[in-house]
Amino acid sequence: MAHDETTELPSTAHPEQHEELMRKLVSRSRRNFLFKLSVLLNGAVGAVLAVPIVGYLLGPVKNDLPVGHWVGLGPLEQFPTGETRLVTFRTPATTPWDGETGDMPCWVRRISASKFQVFAINCAHLGCPVRWFEESKLFMCPCHGGVYYQDGSRASGPPERGLFEYEYKTAGNTLSINVHGLPTLATQASLKTPKNPLIQIQGASNGCCGSTDATAMSSTTSTGKQGSASWPA
Amino acid sequence: MAGLKVKQNVIDTYNWFERRLGLGEFAAESALHPVPAKAASWWYVFGSAATVLLVMQVMTGILLALVYAPTAGHAWTSLQFLNHNVTLGWFLRAMHGWGSDFMIAIVLIHMMQVFLFGAYKFPRELTWMVGVVLLLLTLGMAFTGQIMRFDQDAYWGLGIGASIMSRIPGIGAPLVHIMLGGPVIGGPTLSRFFALHVFVIPGILLAAVGVHVWMVLKLGINDYPMPGRIVRKSTYDREYHDLIAKDGIPFVPDGVWKDAVFAAIIMLSVMFCSLYFGPFGPTGAPDPTIIQTAPKPDFFFLWIYAVLAFLPPELETPLLLIAPPIIIGVMLLLPLFAGEGEKHWRKRPVAVLMLLVIAVTLGAFEKLALYTPWSPVMDAWSGAELPARYLHELAPIERQGAIVFQNKQCRNCHAVAGQGGQRGPSLDAVATRMTEDQMVRQVLQGGGNMPAYGNTLSPDETTALVDFLKTLRENHLDPARDSSNGLGKMPATALHHF
Repeated sequence: MAHDETTELPSTAHPEQHEELMRKLVSRSRRNFLFKLSVLLNGAVGAVLAVPIVGYLLGPVKNDLPVGHWVGLGPLEQFPTGETRLVTFRTPATTPWDGETGDMPCWVRRISASKFQVFAINCAHLGCPVRWFEESKLFMCPCHGGVYYQDGSRASGPPERGLFEYEYKTAGNTLSINVHGLPTLATQASLKTPKNPLIQIQGASNGCCGSTDATAMSSTTSTGKQGSASWPA
Repeated sequence: MAGLKVKQNVIDTYNWFERRLGLGEFAAESALHPVPAKAASWWYVFGSAATVLLVMQVMTGILLALVYAPTAGHAWTSLQFLNHNVTLGWFLRAMHGWGSDFMIAIVLIHMMQVFLFGAYKFPRELTWMVGVVLLLLTLGMAFTGQIMRFDQDAYWGLGIGASIMSRIPGIGAPLVHIMLGGPVIGGPTLSRFFALHVFVIPGILLAAVGVHVWMVLKLGINDYPMPGRIVRKSTYDREYHDLIAKDGIPFVPDGVWKDAVFAAIIMLSVMFCSLYFGPFGPTGAPDPTIIQTAPKPDFFFLWIYAVLAFLPPELETPLLLIAPPIIIGVMLLLPLFAGEGEKHWRKRPVAVLMLLVIAVTLGAFEKLALYTPWSPVMDAWSGAELPARYLHELAPIERQGAIVFQNKQCRNCHAVAGQGGQRGPSLDAVATRMTEDQMVRQVLQGGGNMPAYGNTLSPDETTALVDFLKTLRENHLDPARDSSNGLGKMPATALHHF
């Protein structure tokens, strides 16, 4: 290592000078020690400096959104029973310079007077915006052709599961959903909701039958009810 | 007399700087260093062209940054302003955009040339490895640059990036948040991609280019390959020096003029494309509530977009996570495994074949992504009409079926008469392939990547639809028949004979 340092010096062109320097280096063990000490010192300073830098960079890892941030989607009359409607809300994590990116759409399906399903706009495959087709009762994704049934379960295409669902509650005359952030396979699955998972992971080979529909609906509804009980606004 | 004095003054000034900087000697040595005469070839112009493009990208980038507003709320508007209100702003944007496409293309061609000429072999292994890093950095610039355009494609492209990140087991969620700078795509997201695009990646890129060029100077340019001239670590240096001693020519001016001419052609091409085709977008505003969009990445990422459509769901995550490190690792380590031996392409059939297979594969995916046969055509059901000849002489129920066929969005995935989606098979001759029973089953239960319509169609609608589908027999071919059906309909007397 000491040898490497000497080669950096400008006067190493002549071999005699080089040898002279080497001899000096070996003899001056005190300076050698001080040099090593200075390297060590700077290493320590660097390590200390790294703490705030790494901390700053990892800042966004902590989910800034308080879990259970409820956002109102509007009065219940907006959502006729049996229909699926596109609704826009402002995400709670917005900054003043977010502009229109701070708005977020979602699909609200009203199953009955008190039963809803609120789907994230993002396809479970790679997050593209899915579109609802009333006639065929399908959600279709424009990117890679993921298709979902009206209850959000996977119908065909590359997604490995159904649409992401928001937890919802009805307080008074208002429908509210629990917003966490951009739904992806990891950011949704990592949420710690009390008992039932927010979304049920479905097998890729899930067909469409009446029974599957029914179980999916009932479990979602119970999630919703439980949500309103244990997550007061 | 006066002229001589001026000349002396210039020389004195130069000497004053040279005495203090000491760079002139190094520059002269670098410029005049001998290169093998055959290496002063038109095949050797791509590296310098990429460097010239990089300089142009830095210059146009700085000029754009004079106006661009790197905030999520204003970036898109400031690009519109650049396009329409700033004098020649559209041209600078076009230059930067086309410059990026040209740069990736030239870098890829450079890489192919280096691979075919065996230039990555001893002693230039590290030059190749740094080159692989440069390719990745260039692609990084292209991806972050696409985000700078902050339009719909950029917004949903970020969503795709986050979705891929989220598939990494264990740390997927934190990575998504680090990438986006928060829980959603918004202000902090654009700001950090701006920092990456303008400070971080260019800094590393310029430093790596410096190292790359330094090694080219230090090790000498790759000698033009000759069949039978084998690279051996023990003898290569001597052979190279002998070659240079025998027929070396100074890089400046004997070799460099071809680089200069090619760089000029490339620059003119960028300017021509900018003038003729104009700037890239921006497409629609980055408003996620406008969902009538079909996001697509820029040209050089289209093949990835296509691959993502074809991976089966259960394989997607493993392949997404395992394939890139393997591909990058193989590219990086290539010279360590093949550092010696033949350089000439005629003696390296496997290398040539590999290159061809990779090029054809990428080209095929690229081509597919240009017309995305896997995506439903969202407005085909209402936009693509059924030609009248498909409805001639149909019974009322069959015409009802045709209406069901249109209304239930079947054509978003199924083409008829060449119009409609290509997700499923075209149905012009479906009745020659499937019997009535098979069609009913397929419609109601789905399968083979088709959704089930059992819950969506009433029995009447199903009957009408299948009756219509039964008329789809291109050129009046015979309908498909169920061979087992005949057996049940045989007269009882016939059965006696068995």
